[in-house]
Amino acid sequence: MLLARLTEANGAPGQEGEVRDLIRAEIEPHVHEIKTDALGNLIAIKNPDAQGPKVMLAAHMDEVALMIVGIEGNGFLKFRPIGGVDPRVLVAKSVLVGSKKIPGVIGSKPIHLQKPPERERAFTMQELLIDIGAKNKEEAERLVKLGECAYFTTKYEELGNSKVKAKALDDRVGCALAIRLLQEEVSFPLIVAFTVQEEVGLRGAGVATYQIRPDLALVLEGTTASDVPGTDEHKHATTVGEGPCITVIDRVSIPHPPLVQELFAVASEEGIKVQVRRNTAGGTDAGQIQLSEEGVKVATIAVPCRYIHSPVSVMSKNDYEGAYKLVKSYLKRLQEREASK
Amino acid sequence: MEIKQVFRTLSEASGVSGYEQSLTSLLQESCPWAEEIRTDKLGNVIMLKKGNGIGPRPKVMLAGHMDEIGLIITKIEKDGFLRFGTIGGFDQRVLLAQEVVVHGRKSLTGIIGAKPPHIQAPGEQSKAVSMEDLFIDVGFDHQEQAEEQVRIGDIVTMKRDVLDLQGSFMAGKSFDDRAGVAAILECFKVLSQMSHEADVYGVATVQEEVGLRGAITSTYGIVPDIGIAIDVGFGDSPGLPESDTIKLSQGPGVAIGPHVHPEVHARMVETAKEWNISFSSDPSPHPGGTDAYAIQVARAGVATILLSIPLRYMHTPIETLDYEDVKRTGRLMAMFIAGVDNEFVEGLTCF
Repeated sequence: MLLARLTEANGAPGQEGEVRDLIRAEIEPHVHEIKTDALGNLIAIKNPDAQGPKVMLAAHMDEVALMIVGIEGNGFLKFRPIGGVDPRVLVAKSVLVGSKKIPGVIGSKPIHLQKPPERERAFTMQELLIDIGAKNKEEAERLVKLGECAYFTTKYEELGNSKVKAKALDDRVGCALAIRLLQEEVSFPLIVAFTVQEEVGLRGAGVATYQIRPDLALVLEGTTASDVPGTDEHKHATTVGEGPCITVIDRVSIPHPPLVQELFAVASEEGIKVQVRRNTAGGTDAGQIQLSEEGVKVATIAVPCRYIHSPVSVMSKNDYEGAYKLVKSYLKRLQEREASK
Repeated sequence: MEIKQVFRTLSEASGVSGYEQSLTSLLQESCPWAEEIRTDKLGNVIMLKKGNGIGPRPKVMLAGHMDEIGLIITKIEKDGFLRFGTIGGFDQRVLLAQEVVVHGRKSLTGIIGAKPPHIQAPGEQSKAVSMEDLFIDVGFDHQEQAEEQVRIGDIVTMKRDVLDLQGSFMAGKSFDDRAGVAAILECFKVLSQMSHEADVYGVATVQEEVGLRGAITSTYGIVPDIGIAIDVGFGDSPGLPESDTIKLSQGPGVAIGPHVHPEVHARMVETAKEWNISFSSDPSPHPGGTDAYAIQVARAGVATILLSIPLRYMHTPIETLDYEDVKRTGRLMAMFIAGVDNEFVEGLTCF
């Protein structure tokens, strides 16, 4: 299962190697050329010499993670997040640390030794430590190096009504979509940038776009869904199960309006349920892609995910399939338009 | 039989207080050293290993509780999310983003969620998410769908496989107190290679987390001369004062306090020293909170002691221990039991 393999692989910003290798193996039979650049973006090119618009798809390989920044005298590991992580989701979770995938846990004080007001206060990042069961600093240092990252151990699993739970759906769901779309036969040049370092400021996307010089770009994302109890409906942003989201604005981009309208038209013609992302916050690689050279037309298509940037997020398989169908239909339409020229 | 493997299986199985039944058959299959295994009306599993003294033989009872803390469904929301309460003491801060198993008509995987941080008011992130704002997401879209699988009152456990850390360290859920149950099995295994006069009753007790209830009825039924409760104790971990904790990898904490019989304590310490089994001294000014408290006051009173297996992060899904400490605890009890005879037992009422 592609999405299971992708989400169970680990790739902190700047340390995307495991994900990159996995993707490379998946796409190799379906593309004409694969290259990597100085930042580690993986660029897959289909039909490099074909006529027609150069279409770029982008999905980021990196995920939020915990970087080991210190090893205490007693062998416990100090960490800081890379990318946005709320420390409250880290308490009492298991992790795998570094290249050796050393198992560890993030512990907390037993309830029995707390005074009731303590339970009202959130743990801070500084208070939390990873315990790998090392007896002392020396043992820990043999197993883990500073700068290595810890990742959640969450397994991919289907649940409830066509839902999936996994870690790093932001943005392995985008990677999975892009991998599947590369298997489509198209007549024009199709280039996928599997980007690095999105979670620390959209670092890879600009560099990738500069090399690709696309005529238009579609960013494939996993975006936040707040459709949960305790949240007013107007703050849901997106709703799991209501189809893929089309972004009209976020913090870093205003997707090209005619492109956005065309995506809505395709959805309507193909009978694909879609939703507008109802939130102006958040940013995707589109923010960097649109500013490349003299500018690139962009749109973002996202799968709604609950609890992103936490050990486990939830999405709908139907939304995932809807996103796939939407982009596939759009590419087909583009091809038909080219053919009729 | 590899008891560490039994411990792993027990830990990953479900047995919230009052709902320990699924553990019974696991235990029955895992204790070939007992001549008799029975259950009582509350569900305590009582494993008897007879001594070879000619009767009347002294009776030693070992108690480790098999129940774990858990959650219980209190409401099914319109959109299919589940609300819950707790059975036993949970710090609300450990629940967010945990995976759980909802024991409905079938077992359902769920996620404990809350309102996303980016739509919380500034400052909210420094506050813990309170229990009443948490919910379980089992991936249903509306109430009717959820109600086909889940009913109010259904039990929820943490979903957590045992994780092997460095050396013999392990992390997982419900080590409190399946580790105590494992220590009893380790003790039985050692005893099976030894001669001992006393009858040994190993009890996997129920409902400890909600009021030591299984210990009350099982002790009444067994009428032991000596009671040994095996529970977990606060293991040394960052942020905890040394005086409140016992060190991992240094054997059990041997309690001393009002709930511990001084002669039993003295003999236990002597035994540990004689056999070179490491232990920590564990002064316990507050005697409540373990089965020892209930065992001590059963019938006409029982000479009792508490052994504590050091455990980090108690009452979280990633409780952490050194399995060698479980073995040390089992071995210490076996060596102690091997020395129990009628004379020792008779002396316990002479103050």
